Amino acid sequence: MSVRKLKQAVIALFSSVLVMTSSHAWAAEISSLNLRKGVTEVSRNAYDLHMIVLWICVVIGVVVFGAMIYSMFAHRKSKGAVAASFHESHKVEVLWTVIPFIILIALAIPATKNLLLIEDASNPDMTIKVTSYQWKWQYEYMDGDAEGVKFFSSLDKASNDARAMNSGIDVTKVAHYLNNVDNELVIPTGKKVRFLITSNDVIHSWWVPDFGFKKDAIPGYINEAWTLVEDAGTYRGKCAELCGKDHGFMPIVVVAKEEGDYKKWAAAKKAEADAAAAAASSDKTWSKAELMAKGAAVYGTSCAACHQANGEGTGPFPPLKGSALATGPAAGHIDIVVNGSKTNPLMAAYGAQLNDLDLAAVITYERNSWGNDAGIVQPKDVKAAR
Amino acid sequence: MNEDQQQKNKRLAGKLSLSAVAMVVFAIVALPALYNLICNITGLDGRTGRIEKEQALATRPDKTRVIKIEFDANVNGDLPWEFKALTRRIEVHPGEVATVSYYAKNLSNRTIVGQAVPYVTPIKVAKYFNKTECFCFSQQKFGPGEDKEMPLRFIVDPDLPKDVNTITLSYTFFDTKQSGVEEDSAKAENATPQ
Amino acid sequence: MSTAHAEHEHHGAPSGLLRWVFTTNHKDIGTLYLWFAFAMLLVGGSFAMVIRLELLQPGMQWVDPNFFNSMTTMHGLIMVFGAIMPAFVGLANWLVPMMIGAPDMALPRMNNWSFWILPFAGTMLLSTMFMEGGGPNFGWTFYAPLSTTYAPASTDFFIFAVHMLGFSSIMGSINIIATIMNMRAPGMTLMKMPLFVWTWLITAFLLIAVMPVLAGAVTMMLTDRNFGTSFFDAAGGGDPVLFQHVFWFFGHPEVYIMILPAFGIVSQIIPTFARKRLFGYSSMVYATASIAFLSFIVWAHHMFTVGMPVAGELFFLYATVLIAVPTGVKVFNWVATMWQGSMTFELPMKWALAFVILFTIGGFSGLMLGIAPVDFQYHDTYFVVAHFHYVLVTGALFSIIAAVYYWLPKWTGHMYSESLGNWHFWTSIVFVNITFFPQHFLGLAGMPRRIPDYNAAFADFNFMSSIGAFGFGLAQLLFLALVIKCIKGGEKATDQVWEGAEGLEWEIPSPAPYHTFAEAPEVK
Repeated sequence: MSVRKLKQAVIALFSSVLVMTSSHAWAAEISSLNLRKGVTEVSRNAYDLHMIVLWICVVIGVVVFGAMIYSMFAHRKSKGAVAASFHESHKVEVLWTVIPFIILIALAIPATKNLLLIEDASNPDMTIKVTSYQWKWQYEYMDGDAEGVKFFSSLDKASNDARAMNSGIDVTKVAHYLNNVDNELVIPTGKKVRFLITSNDVIHSWWVPDFGFKKDAIPGYINEAWTLVEDAGTYRGKCAELCGKDHGFMPIVVVAKEEGDYKKWAAAKKAEADAAAAAASSDKTWSKAELMAKGAAVYGTSCAACHQANGEGTGPFPPLKGSALATGPAAGHIDIVVNGSKTNPLMAAYGAQLNDLDLAAVITYERNSWGNDAGIVQPKDVKAAR
Repeated sequence: MNEDQQQKNKRLAGKLSLSAVAMVVFAIVALPALYNLICNITGLDGRTGRIEKEQALATRPDKTRVIKIEFDANVNGDLPWEFKALTRRIEVHPGEVATVSYYAKNLSNRTIVGQAVPYVTPIKVAKYFNKTECFCFSQQKFGPGEDKEMPLRFIVDPDLPKDVNTITLSYTFFDTKQSGVEEDSAKAENATPQ
Repeated sequence: MSTAHAEHEHHGAPSGLLRWVFTTNHKDIGTLYLWFAFAMLLVGGSFAMVIRLELLQPGMQWVDPNFFNSMTTMHGLIMVFGAIMPAFVGLANWLVPMMIGAPDMALPRMNNWSFWILPFAGTMLLSTMFMEGGGPNFGWTFYAPLSTTYAPASTDFFIFAVHMLGFSSIMGSINIIATIMNMRAPGMTLMKMPLFVWTWLITAFLLIAVMPVLAGAVTMMLTDRNFGTSFFDAAGGGDPVLFQHVFWFFGHPEVYIMILPAFGIVSQIIPTFARKRLFGYSSMVYATASIAFLSFIVWAHHMFTVGMPVAGELFFLYATVLIAVPTGVKVFNWVATMWQGSMTFELPMKWALAFVILFTIGGFSGLMLGIAPVDFQYHDTYFVVAHFHYVLVTGALFSIIAAVYYWLPKWTGHMYSESLGNWHFWTSIVFVNITFFPQHFLGLAGMPRRIPDYNAAFADFNFMSSIGAFGFGLAQLLFLALVIKCIKGGEKATDQVWEGAEGLEWEIPSPAPYHTFAEAPEVK
């Protein structure tokens, strides 16, 4: 290969790397190469500490690898190097034991300070309980303006449709693919928000990189964590602990709002919750169309992950399409959805998660979709069956 | 290899095998016990203390401090129960006996035995938080549709670290998957978290 | 020297398949271990290819998420218990008796059993993937309750497989300790032993201490799942976090089990090709021992995010970063060994030097991960994946490959093909870094580990990583070709093989006779 050709090849290689890195959505969703600074004191401290350790490593690396590479060139046999005979030196050995030790002590001081800050969840302005489920989050406002507000937050529909196997949807065109939810967690800015993190089933981990911490959600445990976000904005995170099949599909979205906006949101959310509760508990008889529409939405967030959007199931998750359960007597169908399966631990009980209306709607949906035709179920049927 | 050597090898192998067996026993018997011990001392797993006699602490209430206690309730997994704290929060003086209530209802049409597991945060307060009466001391059996108000009586140790002013006490009800209650058997005594 | 004993039970290698089934010869068993490990490397590697194929592009294209999870689980289990650990045991079998002047391992019949358990354990483990409900899908760390209450039925078979693997490892370690303690040639004092023997002695003690703990952990899982105990089940008074403590009490020493023999190998190779004695032999021994000791008191650094008292977190933070000191001593010693040596760069040396540099990079990221307040960001992201692949692939695996190149002429009596070896080395080096270096960036940018799909923002580095992985995987087929070619023939190797090689194994003929040191050599 001529020198000119080599030059061309190198230029081509570098420009293709450049094109590759600039063409894609490097947007705000990801900071390109390094840890993100985030938006809280904790996350900025983590970033600073990360940079300190990184530079220490780089300097040590340059010195050690430098010596090694110099030696590889200077002390090679082909250059006529003759091996020296030294094979120990207490002075040197003590030195390179003590120096790293001192560096480590220097590192431990800021690390300790940061750790104490992170673990100090005392005197919060408000508290939110985070409960993880396979595979969604539940948020409950324990006090403050939104006290009593409680909702599930799961992967948004656009991502959920696109992530189906060979969905045919170009996931690069889906906005915030796998980073978006149906109901965001809303917090006020400038307030110390304490999170009480627990789990309903397996261990999950609640992580928003911009806040600078992650904390495991463990059944029976209530882990404390806290954050104080100064700027309004939308912050995205992920479940960080393997929690089963859809571990990769339970994002976290936190919207920080100025206090005024937060109060407005809280009031609206409470009104919405009251209306939904009233509708669910009324003895109204719903039309099939109403139930099917509501049921489709509930199915998408609570059932489709396992039983699939087409009702055909996958792997250990049985199909609903044409199944004996979904086309047989309604009582059995209601029982398994409300109380869970007695034989298959993978089928959770939804009695506590969903209200009677949602349950009736989703059961109706399952009994009248994909060719099933087994009649509708009303909220009062569910109520009677409980 | 001569006889001597073989004997020596077998003896050493025997000793090493014994230590491997000892390590299995260590893992199954000693590690969980050690873990429980450490938990009891440090409150590592957020378990709260249980005392039979409250007088010891009640003799010296600290009226100068006010501690906010928050109550939380969870139901684990598929357990079809409603479970909530009837009091969301109260304020107490350390050394003062307080009583609150939780409410639970079996929403299903079968009898279910549940076990409540306590957790207290911040975890360093666990050993200062003492309960004299709690539904978590034993398994709870609920018939179909049965509901119950369950009292919880506790006292906060006056030696509670000075920087703590809020304590969150949480219970999670688990399905024991059993049909009957274990009454004060040795197992319940040892295995039940308190 | 074996001919002198031909009239006794000692004779040359018998032929036929049964030779391998009934063999008690340390060299045969070493060979079996090494081939088993290589087969498992290919199996575990093909699982890695499935993982990287699904992660090649965003969107779900090839496997469903549940199968993806069993791929990550099986990849980890097979690589740790099937490839890396058996490969080191295989090297110990071949080399320890030759290095200390012993005729064979101390307990040859047990040696046969400890190998032959492995294929059954491996088969049982792999068979779980064909069972109803799928194979284990809870990660190689199998945290409860995902691995107990919520696990597929095949988990019980996974547990039996782990029991068998543990049993095999413990028997292997007992044998290695007995060999080193009782079978050294006269004059071979402990502080004269080659470092490979030293590191393996310490590793074997670690194995005996912690493999039973793993066996205990899976036994508790088994009884929780089937016999109504509740070690890890909160409903019955247990605690899922206890599982993590027990697992990592095993798991952290386990990662040193996979790296200490690597330190030994590199400490054999570098002096040979620098033609200079190992710098700081005794500090190497002490550093190895202190790393082994520290490995027992740092386990909870894998669990910073579970929620511990601050005092506990601080203790584990300090203890963890402390490991950097003895590890640093080792790296400095290797560089000092090279310093003012007379170096040549045959393939074993190339791999050993790659080990020193790339393992140190893995050590750096390990130090970063040890800093708890930053670990809250790194934990369970691709940064961790990058870290442990740097220490296990470019660390443990590279050292094993270096060892094979180094001792292959002694084993086969032939030199390997230099050109094939160079191709293998350079393609591996390039692709392994393309695979794992971008994973640091992915982790820092916020990509969690063990996910089958991701946002397009992570697409470029994942694409790069996948391409690297395919390349690295294919490159190992060159290694297979090289080894087979070397067994079949090639330039005749001398007894000493390498100009600077020192030690008992280089004083016997190449290829090493079936029986060596029937008469113990005199070590000065």
